Amino acid sequence: MTGSFQAEILKLRKRPATWVLLGVTLALELLFGYVLPYSSWATSDQNFQTQGLDPQAVLAGTLPAELVPTSLGGFPVFAGALALILGALATGSEYGWGTMQTALTQRPTRLAVYAGKLAALAAAILAVVLAVFAVNAATAGLIATLESRPLDYPSLATLAEGVGSGWLIMGMWCGLGAVLGFAFRGVALPVGLGVVWVLGVENLVSAVADSLLTGLRPLRDLLPGVNAGSLVWSLAPGGGASGEPPPGVIDAVSGGRAGIALATYVLGFAVVGALLVRRRDVA
Amino acid sequence: MGEQLVETDDLSKTYGAVRAVDRVSLSVWRGEVYGFLGPNGAGKTTTLRMLAGLVRPTGGTATVHGDQPGSPRALARTGVLIEAPRFYPYLSGRDNLRVVARYAGVPDRRVEAALDTVDLAGRGGDRYAGYSLGMKQRLGVAAALLKDPELLILDEPTNGLDPAGMRDMRALLRDLGERGHTVLLSSHLLGEVQQLCDRVGVISGGRLLTETTVDDLLGQAGLLVRAEPAAEALACLERLVGAGNVASADGAFRLRTGPEQAGRVSRALADAGVTLTELRPLERTLEEVFLEMTGDGRTGR
Repeated sequence: MTGSFQAEILKLRKRPATWVLLGVTLALELLFGYVLPYSSWATSDQNFQTQGLDPQAVLAGTLPAELVPTSLGGFPVFAGALALILGALATGSEYGWGTMQTALTQRPTRLAVYAGKLAALAAAILAVVLAVFAVNAATAGLIATLESRPLDYPSLATLAEGVGSGWLIMGMWCGLGAVLGFAFRGVALPVGLGVVWVLGVENLVSAVADSLLTGLRPLRDLLPGVNAGSLVWSLAPGGGASGEPPPGVIDAVSGGRAGIALATYVLGFAVVGALLVRRRDVA
Repeated sequence: MGEQLVETDDLSKTYGAVRAVDRVSLSVWRGEVYGFLGPNGAGKTTTLRMLAGLVRPTGGTATVHGDQPGSPRALARTGVLIEAPRFYPYLSGRDNLRVVARYAGVPDRRVEAALDTVDLAGRGGDRYAGYSLGMKQRLGVAAALLKDPELLILDEPTNGLDPAGMRDMRALLRDLGERGHTVLLSSHLLGEVQQLCDRVGVISGGRLLTETTVDDLLGQAGLLVRAEPAAEALACLERLVGAGNVASADGAFRLRTGPEQAGRVSRALADAGVTLTELRPLERTLEEVFLEMTGDGRTGR
């Protein structure tokens, strides 16, 4: 499996799409986590994101103490969608280019090739999460310095909990993309379906369950995005110091239950992917 | 004959109602270059995919190096190139081989040697997406050679190559055979197979029609004679080898007799006052034999 992992890492590292997705993730995290809130504070000009909020709370959300909730705020939705695209690209492209055949005719078993790919994706997602936290930490530090506020970063334990939660959320979305890539043996359909699910279906079901059909709540509480949002909520109830949770961050289930649900999804996606890779012919 | 590296017994593959490969039993022995012939859609590629472990048989058995196809032990000693080469378009040729080397567990230094072998060392840094068809094919062969495998399974390795590239590929395959590699080569270029292969298997409609040596497949040699006047020549030749062994076509006579009879034929015609204008050994080409066996060379699988 080591060789497969090294091969997958080389492919991911040299693939331009990987860096584009990382760049977009960092840019969106910065935009919604820091640039828009801070520009609202600095100009005393409210935008769609800060409408009706206490300006001090808006600034507080950009300071080092709020690094974890601010960083995780985008994970259940847009960063998750980008992770899903990475997963779908990593697996679906192998069928589009026919390179699955190349990988499977070397030495490792099918499951070893598959495990190497999963491990490489897990490593890549961890790197993305760490990069988000690092860039956000630097930005929060810069804002604190500009505003003469203390550099009160969270404790290492809190940071580790935040990184772990982020890794679980992003890993789950990436796993969904990967399994869709294996299932449909391509890229376009998995990306399309996955993004529609993350950005559309989850929000619609949540909205309907909250207002029109409350009987749908037990079903809503099983959705991957709802559990991702609940995990983030559990780390910063009510949206943390900013007082306004980002889209997709909701109080639906407890943090513990959400963590277990996400881990179950990750495991389930891994098992389904393994079955698909192991059993199907490669044409 | 030595050790069997590939053996199939009633190997079959069915897709729904379509029987793509139908009870194929073949054997490839260590050190031989084995030609796997068949028209398009005959089941060649499906058979090779089963031997590479990519497609699971629906019937029969197959072993490669004594192991199940697709097992790590079988794959470690087998280089595979099936249909078109499949690589990552955003990587260079060299990086593509590095990826393959990591999967195969071979050191990176083999990459340069493999690029050298197929004359791609100078273009190894170029993106694969920019390669010509011939360069892609050569990179595919380089990937198959990376493990220095005992067995090579090559499906149409000269596809996309220009005449010089085809000549180089033939030389490479001949060299591999001479160095003791076993090659299982599928091709529809019959001249290529005739030049390279020790034994051949002919498949059509999913069924293996025959498996034999090239010499046996080509059958008994003959003589081609052109002489004037034709009527006297025919009478003379029929007296000499028997009427059943003379066939006339296109103003020439085909004699079913060995080439060692050429002197006797020449003398007899001269004694009969017939002018001999052409006398040469006649061999059936593999193409003729192939077309005889498979009908018009097309199959509806």
